[in-house]
Amino acid sequence: MSLNHFIDEALSPWMREEGPDSDIVMSSRIRLARNFSDVVFPIIADERELRRVTDFIGNEFADKSFKEYENFEYVQMANLSTIEKRMLIEKHLISPVLLKRTGTSAMLISENEQVSIMVNEEDHIRLQLYLPGFQLEETLNRAFELDDWLEQKIDYAYDEKWGYLSSCPTNAGTGMRASVMMHLPGLVITRQVNRLIPAINQLGLVVRGLYGEGSEARGNIFQISNQITMGKSEADIVSDLESIVRQLIDHERKARKHLQEQSGMRLEDRIFRSYGVLQHSRILDSKEAAKCLSNVRLGIDLGIIKEISGQILNELMILTQPGFLQHYADGVLAAEDRDVLRATLVRERLLMEN
Amino acid sequence: MECQDCHERDATLHFAQSVNGQKKEVHLCEQCAKERGYLSGQEDGYSLQDLLFGLFNMEPASQKTEPVSQKEPTRCPKCGMSFTEFKRIGKFGCAECYYTFSDKLDPVFRRVHSGNIRHQGKIPKRKGGSLHIKKQILGLRSELQHLIEQENFEEAAEVRDEIRALERKQTEHREAGDER
Repeated sequence: MSLNHFIDEALSPWMREEGPDSDIVMSSRIRLARNFSDVVFPIIADERELRRVTDFIGNEFADKSFKEYENFEYVQMANLSTIEKRMLIEKHLISPVLLKRTGTSAMLISENEQVSIMVNEEDHIRLQLYLPGFQLEETLNRAFELDDWLEQKIDYAYDEKWGYLSSCPTNAGTGMRASVMMHLPGLVITRQVNRLIPAINQLGLVVRGLYGEGSEARGNIFQISNQITMGKSEADIVSDLESIVRQLIDHERKARKHLQEQSGMRLEDRIFRSYGVLQHSRILDSKEAAKCLSNVRLGIDLGIIKEISGQILNELMILTQPGFLQHYADGVLAAEDRDVLRATLVRERLLMEN
Repeated sequence: MECQDCHERDATLHFAQSVNGQKKEVHLCEQCAKERGYLSGQEDGYSLQDLLFGLFNMEPASQKTEPVSQKEPTRCPKCGMSFTEFKRIGKFGCAECYYTFSDKLDPVFRRVHSGNIRHQGKIPKRKGGSLHIKKQILGLRSELQHLIEQENFEEAAEVRDEIRALERKQTEHREAGDER
């Protein structure tokens, strides 16, 4: 497989578009949980019932187009290899929960991968929609349109008091999780992030790292999302989240400026050292890769590194994960072999920029 | 410390397990912990079971032995789930469970959603036809009140007619069995 083709697979087409504030906010996402009113929820439904759901979705929505999105492709999880499934998770197109019932779970996916609809995850339907950069409101509007489109055919489990009836009480009500993925190296370097996270949590929002729990997020990437789904409208939830994200963007910009002014040489050194590691290392573990990619991305955003585009870093963050590496190697790799391949891939990718 | 399963990511979760009286420490990354079933697949990264157990002041989720209730518990007629089971797994089995356990749910939602027990958001267009009308009527009634206070009777009469038309529509919906 050529590297070019491989890269094409790693980056969803929508990620190539630049969104508002995309130096800090990488993507905006809305997820809606929905259920069929007359089918038992996936956690306890039997195979026959689950098949009723997948068959219905496959028949009614596969190859149908919806507004700006291309035709939806219907993919049954049972037809995918372990590595393919892992790649879908690494691209955040499906969740690991979807694989619990591999035999009876499926997804609908739009051609540009902006929309993915998981079928028989924890709920019968989990639709999610991504837009690049910071545009939660627009993401919500489009998710609503899509939801209305599905609802023409599906009799949703809904109650006036409890809203959309979800399997998990934490999703009842709107069934909505709104989230943004933020790159916050300035707040991490200036150690402000440890102060900010508890404050944000107190506001009913959740902050977590992209690749793990806790404040030490890999690659300084944080996901901020709403915790509460009942008692507030979707628009209010999104607007509350937006105002916090707006503040975080301001803090991050200030921190970056402060770093440049107060310790510009140290910052430059940090950035170029990381760039050097990415260009020359022969063994690169995922933690170091994430750290260096974050520093180089910061260097690009601050105009310190000019010859590479910010987009390739999003791309590298995805294709240096285990699923993608193994897909590239066309087989299962031990951790040490993955580190060697990761280094090779990153080197080669950076060479393509020059 | 690296994760003892994948040896790749950092171990962010540390458990102490007692197996046959021997204490064993387990160090895992979030992903491997999920794969082993220590964490539920929850997006928020913590185990909802544990949370709900905390809320109900029950035993921790790891304790598998459930005291057998003397009294036959109320089971959901559609999926067969009892409230005890709901508390144990932290998930409803089907939409009907909400109605089966309705008298016990306010405290659950109040705790999970910071005191909120009522949905305030989107109404499905088709199914919620009558709900939409109800909302519209509420909006128009307050508009009507406002217009009357302003002594704008001409417009008020129009709004009143609009409300009447909607109320007729609402009755039709109800007769069509649209509302639960």
